[in-house]
Amino acid sequence: MHFLLLFSRQGRLRLQKWFTPTPEREKKKIIRDMTAMVLARKPKTCNFLHWMDLKVVYKRYASLFFCLAIDDQENELLALEILHRYVELLDKYFGNVCELDIIFNFEKAYFILDEFLIGGEVQETSKQTVARCIEASDMLQEVNVFNVLSTLACC
Amino acid sequence: MALKIVKGSIDRMFDKNLQDLVRGIRNHKEDEAKYISTCIDEIKQELKQDNIAVKANAVCKLTYLQMLGYDVSWAAFNIVEVMSSSKFTYKRIGYLAASQCFHESTDVIMLTTNQIRKDLSSPNQYDTGVALTGLSCFVTPDLARDLANDIMTLMSHTKPYIRKKAVLIMYKVFLKYPESLRPAFPRLKEKLEDPDPGVQSAAVNVICELARRNPKNYLSLAPLFFKLMTSSTNNWVLIKIIKLFGALTPLEPRLCHSTSQMSFLFFLSPWLSPSSLSTSNSTSAMSLLYECVNTVIAVRVFVVVVKYLGLLAMSKILKTHPKSVQSHKDLILQCLDDKDESIRLRALDLLYGMVSKKNLMEIVKKLMLHVDKAEGTTYRDELLTKIIDICSQSNYQYITNFEWYISILVELTRLEGTRHGHLIASQMLDVAIRVKAIREFAVAQMATLLDNAHLLTGNTQRNGICEVLYAAAWICGEFSEHLENPMQTLEAMLRPKVATLPGHIQAVYVQNAAKLFATVLRSQEGNTDRTAAQETSQLMIDRLPLFVQSANLEVQERASCILQLVKYIQKLQQKDVEVAEEVNALFAGELNPVAPKAQKKVPVPEGLDLDAWINEPPSESESEDEKPRTMFTREETKHSRPRHTEVDEKELAKRREVRKQEQASNPFYIKSSPSSQKEAPGVDHIPVVQIDLSVPLKVPGLPMSDQYVKLEEERRQKDRADKKKKEKKKRKEKGGRRGKRDSGPESEEDITPAHMVDIVTEEMPPTAICRSVSLVPPLNSPPCVPSTCQKSSKHKKKKQKKEKEEKDKKKKKKHHHHRHHSDGAGEESVQNGTVEEEEEPLPTISDAPTCSLASPPPFRQVCDIQGNLQDGSQVVVSLIFENKCDSFLKAMEFNVLDSLNSRLQRPDGAGPHDGLTVPFQLPPGVSNEARFVFTVKSIVMPQKLKGTLAFIVKNEDSSTHEKLDFKLHFTCTSYLITTPCYSDAFAKLLESGDLKASSVKLEGVVMPFPHLLARICFHHHFSVVERIDSCASMYSRSIQGHHVCLLVKTADQTVSIDAKCDEPSLLSNVLDEIKLTFSQC
Repeated sequence: MHFLLLFSRQGRLRLQKWFTPTPEREKKKIIRDMTAMVLARKPKTCNFLHWMDLKVVYKRYASLFFCLAIDDQENELLALEILHRYVELLDKYFGNVCELDIIFNFEKAYFILDEFLIGGEVQETSKQTVARCIEASDMLQEVNVFNVLSTLACC
Repeated sequence: MALKIVKGSIDRMFDKNLQDLVRGIRNHKEDEAKYISTCIDEIKQELKQDNIAVKANAVCKLTYLQMLGYDVSWAAFNIVEVMSSSKFTYKRIGYLAASQCFHESTDVIMLTTNQIRKDLSSPNQYDTGVALTGLSCFVTPDLARDLANDIMTLMSHTKPYIRKKAVLIMYKVFLKYPESLRPAFPRLKEKLEDPDPGVQSAAVNVICELARRNPKNYLSLAPLFFKLMTSSTNNWVLIKIIKLFGALTPLEPRLCHSTSQMSFLFFLSPWLSPSSLSTSNSTSAMSLLYECVNTVIAVRVFVVVVKYLGLLAMSKILKTHPKSVQSHKDLILQCLDDKDESIRLRALDLLYGMVSKKNLMEIVKKLMLHVDKAEGTTYRDELLTKIIDICSQSNYQYITNFEWYISILVELTRLEGTRHGHLIASQMLDVAIRVKAIREFAVAQMATLLDNAHLLTGNTQRNGICEVLYAAAWICGEFSEHLENPMQTLEAMLRPKVATLPGHIQAVYVQNAAKLFATVLRSQEGNTDRTAAQETSQLMIDRLPLFVQSANLEVQERASCILQLVKYIQKLQQKDVEVAEEVNALFAGELNPVAPKAQKKVPVPEGLDLDAWINEPPSESESEDEKPRTMFTREETKHSRPRHTEVDEKELAKRREVRKQEQASNPFYIKSSPSSQKEAPGVDHIPVVQIDLSVPLKVPGLPMSDQYVKLEEERRQKDRADKKKKEKKKRKEKGGRRGKRDSGPESEEDITPAHMVDIVTEEMPPTAICRSVSLVPPLNSPPCVPSTCQKSSKHKKKKQKKEKEEKDKKKKKKHHHHRHHSDGAGEESVQNGTVEEEEEPLPTISDAPTCSLASPPPFRQVCDIQGNLQDGSQVVVSLIFENKCDSFLKAMEFNVLDSLNSRLQRPDGAGPHDGLTVPFQLPPGVSNEARFVFTVKSIVMPQKLKGTLAFIVKNEDSSTHEKLDFKLHFTCTSYLITTPCYSDAFAKLLESGDLKASSVKLEGVVMPFPHLLARICFHHHFSVVERIDSCASMYSRSIQGHHVCLLVKTADQTVSIDAKCDEPSLLSNVLDEIKLTFSQC
């Protein structure tokens, strides 16, 4: 996997994750190309594109396009699977996830993604495990905040 | 301190947090850039504060802005600050920002090394986790080098959460810092067997990715992966493993097979055991399938392979889940259109298993369409066999309508150039015999086929489809009672064109013509008008001679037998005797299907030892001793034995008797009534046991086809092999009616005198022998044939005697009929050393009403056989072809069936059965000469070679293929070359004692002695060495240098010849030939 992009129907980027180091200029160009290409696709066309030497697998969930670029040798269906799994994880975390959830909690979306994929490979295939890890990390974060607040209260 | 914190927190409450930023951006759609620049200014302010919470908040907002495409690289140091926070909340944000914003060229990364190392070794697994996650995004070669050891240690961390992350990060590290691979690999391998499935799958993942880059280092892991593959239920893992094998197989061919098998296992698994993959949803299973297919593509290279293998897989599924495949019928039928032949064949295989009673007709109909448009005979043949296979499988289990099947078979006969004619034929026979109800329909169809036989045979004799006529003729004959118009069929079967069919088919034609004849007679005798019946007999008598002269022994034998029978019948008819019943008795008895194992139920009678010899085989030596003698004795018997004698009543009765016995002892010929057995008392001692069939042969009260199917089902239960039955049936067809069939190889000895034909050899210059051959194409119009071939040997002899008394023998053509018509015309003259024969235009025969339709082109060949002195094994045959008809003859092709001893020399590259093209065409009345060289191995024996001259007769409006059969006779004499010899040399030769002696006596020779000598000189290439009164010595030499010496003496019309030669068999043959010469005068 090379990168994962989430963007809206209007072409606004909601999330980007690069698994291979890419220069900024390159990134911008890719994002531009991707959004243009994917948005130009008509409904009911297949979920796959070829771009440069990569395969681009995209899927639209509500108003968001999930777009994953994979190597030529990789399995497109598996990529779709990964996208779907990610949406499932988001859904589970936010509870009926919508675009706004991702916009306003974009760092959470990243954290979830980081628990699911790492370095462009699937890290954890079990939804439960991912959810548990995120929950635990969040707890830890809340505890930190709570500590701050309690310190505050002490003063 | 606390105040500071509080202040920071309070500040933070009034700062914009991420949500505010996002909301703000959304609210400033028009001047977003401006709004963001103010936000960035604020963030810069926030970053300057000491409060880590504020900084973290600022970094978080920056991360968001970075995503929107704003450059945040200026804040890199602040990000590192946040990363270094001891609080997980901020650390998390810091690492996130780092992973989003940092790249290899970010210089502050250098500063993070120690911080990351610290985080990696943090007691909090989530601290370690975020560090690892962040590292995965911005790992540089330097970081990789510095942290490899730490990460490697983490691979053995107590928490699987860390282990799996560490394993995955190791892959990134390997990429940046390959030296780390060697020390880390053993541990990585260990992780393949980690108790935690997540870690396991991570390890598989990494090794798979590594193996894709450099497969050969990972071959040793194959067994381990096989174990994983069979034990794992996780599709994600399976996909990776399969991918791994895809990478390994090009290096290790042994894996190839198992990988594809494995892939198919998964491929099939959703069908075979739906539960095995139920752990994940159906799309996941789908991607696994896809990976399997992908791998197989990679392994097998060809894309079509998937289609092919898909079909192959389906055929596997078919065995267990026929229904799931049957729903793909249309898809499979589509595959028949594929341009890849192997895919089409695979699809055909599938169809075989997919048929049911319901869809059989539909599928076959589609296949028939494909047959029509199929290109390439191989595929078409395959289609044809498949159609037949599909229909006939499990004893025609799926056929509900046999009329339909017969029509399909008939349609198939329209295929051109198929080699499976015999297959169709055997199906027709099988169905017609086994399905009684269909017989009437079948017979009608077969009659049509026979009527249109010319469509099937076409031009090419090699056309395999004519085999169908075998079945057609047999069915029409055997079940002739169903024929609507037997007379018409009879005529169709006796058409002259039939003679172009292969011998075994002709034989069936002849035999079944007789059956038909019997049927026709019966119907006609019922009428008051007797002439009809007599006309039918006459028709048989007119047409059968065509078969009597066939080159095929079987045909010849049957035809001559039946011809005589019909003649006898005709005689009876003329006396107004009713014969129909008796004739029909010849073919009485119905043919019933017999269970395949019926024969086994016949017990072997006591005292019968099937393995014992009935007659001890003759010893080898005996037969050898006899050999030379038979050559002489044959001569004596040759002319005395008449070939055709009128069959008298006794003989006829005898034949019938034999036939009945034949039938009675033939297990396939079940008598309809047991009484007929009693009629043949001679049969009693033959142990015929009533066959007790466990399976009822007839189930009354059901429509026949159903009944048939039912029968077959019962039979299947008994597990009876269909094959056996077919074999038996075949045997029955072949060995059927007449057991004594002597179709041994046709050797020269087999040809009886009656087959010996007019052979004229005229003497020429002493070194050459010349034979004239008169050949008339026999095939053009049937009734004419006998007449044109009429030159009987007797007649010819007369002519020749008149000529000059130079008479020899040889040249042949079979004339059976010349005994009956001896009215031909011939005239011979010797011109320039070649013999010419002239034929009179074409005698017409009054009793053959159709003969005037077409006159066969009289065609003449004059042949001259000449030994080649330079080469002792070569003989040159010069043939003069003369066209005596009005048509143009072209494309002549001369071909001779080689024997072991003699063969026609063909140009290099020609096959042993190819003909030689005669290098000229013949306009009407023109003659030309062609030479053919033969190689002869042994010259001590005479030879006869059969040959064919094929040519095209071209008229103004049409052109037809014609064929002439002829025989070339190489006598021993023709190998002799007249060589002068002086008496002293001759005496020396005789004294040398190397020569073997032999002698012969000729009685009743009335010619003067000088004439006699001249005759020997002329015909047999001798020269006179010395002559004293009525005694002369003569000499000749063969092309291979054998000396032949003769001492000829005459006294009182008796000529005695004493001869010596160094090759006894050559000598005896030459003497035989001399004797023949004189016996003919």
